[in-house]
Amino acid sequence: MPHNATSKEIFLIGVNHKTAPVEVREKLALNQSDPPALKIFHSLPSCDEVVFLSTCNRVEVIVSTSKGLDNAKAEISDTWINCSGVDPETFKKCIYEYVGLKAIRHIFRVASSLDSMVVGEPQILGQLKDAYRNALESGCCGQILNKLMPKAFSVAKRIRTETKIASQAVSISYAAVELAKKIFGDLTGKSAMLIGAGEMAELAAQHLKTNGISQLMVANRTLERAVELARALDGKAISLKELDDALIEVDIVISSTGAPGFIIRKEQIQNIMRPRRHRLLFFIDIAVPRDIDPKVNDIENVYLFDIDELKEVVEENKAERQKEAIKAERIIEAEIIKFDSWLSSLDIVPVIRGLQEKAEHIRKRELSRTFKNLKHLSEKDKRAIEKLTQSLVGKLLHDPILFLKKTDEQNRSEALYTISKIFSLNGLGHERLDKIAKDVNLKAEHNDEKFPKSMSRS
Amino acid sequence: MEFFLLQIALFIYVAATAGFVVNLVTMRKDVERISTYILSAGLFVHTVGIILRWVYSAHPPLVSFHEVFSFLAWALALAFLLFQVGHKLKALGAFVTPIVTIFLIMSLIHPKAILPLPPALRSYWLPIHASISLIAYALLTMSFCISIMYLIQERQIKQKRLGAIFKRLPSLQTLDKMSEKCLKIGFPLLTLGIITGSIWAEKAWGAYWSWDPKETWSLITWFLYAALLHQRLTVGWRGKRSAYMTIIGFLALLFTFLGVTYLLPGAHSYAT
Repeated sequence: MPHNATSKEIFLIGVNHKTAPVEVREKLALNQSDPPALKIFHSLPSCDEVVFLSTCNRVEVIVSTSKGLDNAKAEISDTWINCSGVDPETFKKCIYEYVGLKAIRHIFRVASSLDSMVVGEPQILGQLKDAYRNALESGCCGQILNKLMPKAFSVAKRIRTETKIASQAVSISYAAVELAKKIFGDLTGKSAMLIGAGEMAELAAQHLKTNGISQLMVANRTLERAVELARALDGKAISLKELDDALIEVDIVISSTGAPGFIIRKEQIQNIMRPRRHRLLFFIDIAVPRDIDPKVNDIENVYLFDIDELKEVVEENKAERQKEAIKAERIIEAEIIKFDSWLSSLDIVPVIRGLQEKAEHIRKRELSRTFKNLKHLSEKDKRAIEKLTQSLVGKLLHDPILFLKKTDEQNRSEALYTISKIFSLNGLGHERLDKIAKDVNLKAEHNDEKFPKSMSRS
Repeated sequence: MEFFLLQIALFIYVAATAGFVVNLVTMRKDVERISTYILSAGLFVHTVGIILRWVYSAHPPLVSFHEVFSFLAWALALAFLLFQVGHKLKALGAFVTPIVTIFLIMSLIHPKAILPLPPALRSYWLPIHASISLIAYALLTMSFCISIMYLIQERQIKQKRLGAIFKRLPSLQTLDKMSEKCLKIGFPLLTLGIITGSIWAEKAWGAYWSWDPKETWSLITWFLYAALLHQRLTVGWRGKRSAYMTIIGFLALLFTFLGVTYLLPGAHSYAT
């Protein structure tokens, strides 16, 4: 991106279920910190704007900085390592960092649930909205993130309505419930347990509850999280140590921890079958990597389905799914281009330079045309006329440039846009970029305001 | 006349079977309802046939193979219809009606002549012992059918083949419960059948128990079912293991009913 050192950069640093084990994610979530994580990061000199996103599967810091990227990177990393107590080596290994366009793409993908453990699960959008609202209310958001985050939400909405990505996650939890019904018949009076507090597990649990599950238990490595989720789902929280006892009671188990290995083994289940009087037991393992040893399925009266097997249940057509994913990615690319064009319009320098270049170009062209016709002019006269044109141009441009420089940040983009439209500074490329975005053959959402006009939202 | 009625009943049972198979394939509720009506009509004709035979032969028609198979088919059809009133176990019809049909065919291919009753069998214990035992057989046959359905469905889910068959069969737990229900009614009746039989034996032959092959095999069958029910109720056996045991029990029952008579003749042979 054509930003210089002093311009604003979007920077994102974080971990997710693919890059970091659950222990690290939990530490980095800074659940217990006081002041809250958001405030800690916002107090850093390099972080002009901050959104702090923490879900079961990811923890991310999204910042906008004008103090230089390297500064921001160093400050955030150091602070995060200090506050979380994560070993710096581990931290380096687990995190991912995105700058500029890549950061925007990542945020759009997260919001649209393309980066989720279960692609298309709907809860991440709500969580991202909560994170943004939180930042907004704490005064941690400014011009950039106030544009970026709502944009991410509208991109997510667009992907949800224009592709079938979202219906897939819903259908997986639906399939899980249908399977449970084929095993237990009526689900009324049955009990279920969540192991790990994943987004998808929560969705499936909700679904089970509406189908008559009477008792719900939540087991998690950290009890606080279990208690939190148990409260949300009107269930009972237990610690992982009580797992074996709970397994004797429950009928349906949904597991979605981030544990690197199996947390439920075959012998463990074999041993509980007698105390549970051989009652049927249904495991749904939606964790990646898997939580439950696939051999558990060999035990009599025990049925285990992992996420891939559930997907197969609902998967009508693999090619269809692929097509939907490509469609979603294309929407994101188009939206990134639009956002980037807005972002670059924030830069005052290119506009001023463009203005000056255009004026200079006109001045030179007109001058040479005039001089061609006025052959009798002496060199001295020519110099005087040249001086005159220069000062004319200078004086004419003085006010618009001053206006641009004086406009405060909130209104700057509007001003930049107006100026570049008035002087039709095509070099900045709004039209070109808008056109590219349109060419990415999509059902463009026309009620979604045309790009730079919506500045007033901030 | 009564033979003609049984032929009509057979014809109707075949139609009902076809209906239940169509219901299984198309999953149409109306087809199931119509099939149930057809089966009820068949049962009515069958009932009239049995009563007529009772009138003609002047003894309960529970003596020859022809009569016993006919009664068994009748009892199974009745048990199924009564069961469906309470439980509406879908797809069960497609498994039970073929067996009803087979039983009636077995009846029709055996000699239908009315035989004079040997003096030893002339007792009011004959209808009591025979009907109780045959009703028990009918219920245990139902339990067998449901266990077969269980094993098919169990296999579908274990192997994650969630296709056409999976969709058409009821849930595992429902099947297991219904199989147990049939066992819980069928087994006491089986017990009662053996007890009434032994009382009758005492009256007819002067000994409660004489270890003829039929009696021995009845006892083996009884022990198999007793063990199954015991394991179910105390240890909580259920599912696949219980279904297999139900099937083994049914095979023993079949041997007691048929094999013993054909292969190991004794005092109990049906009149042929």
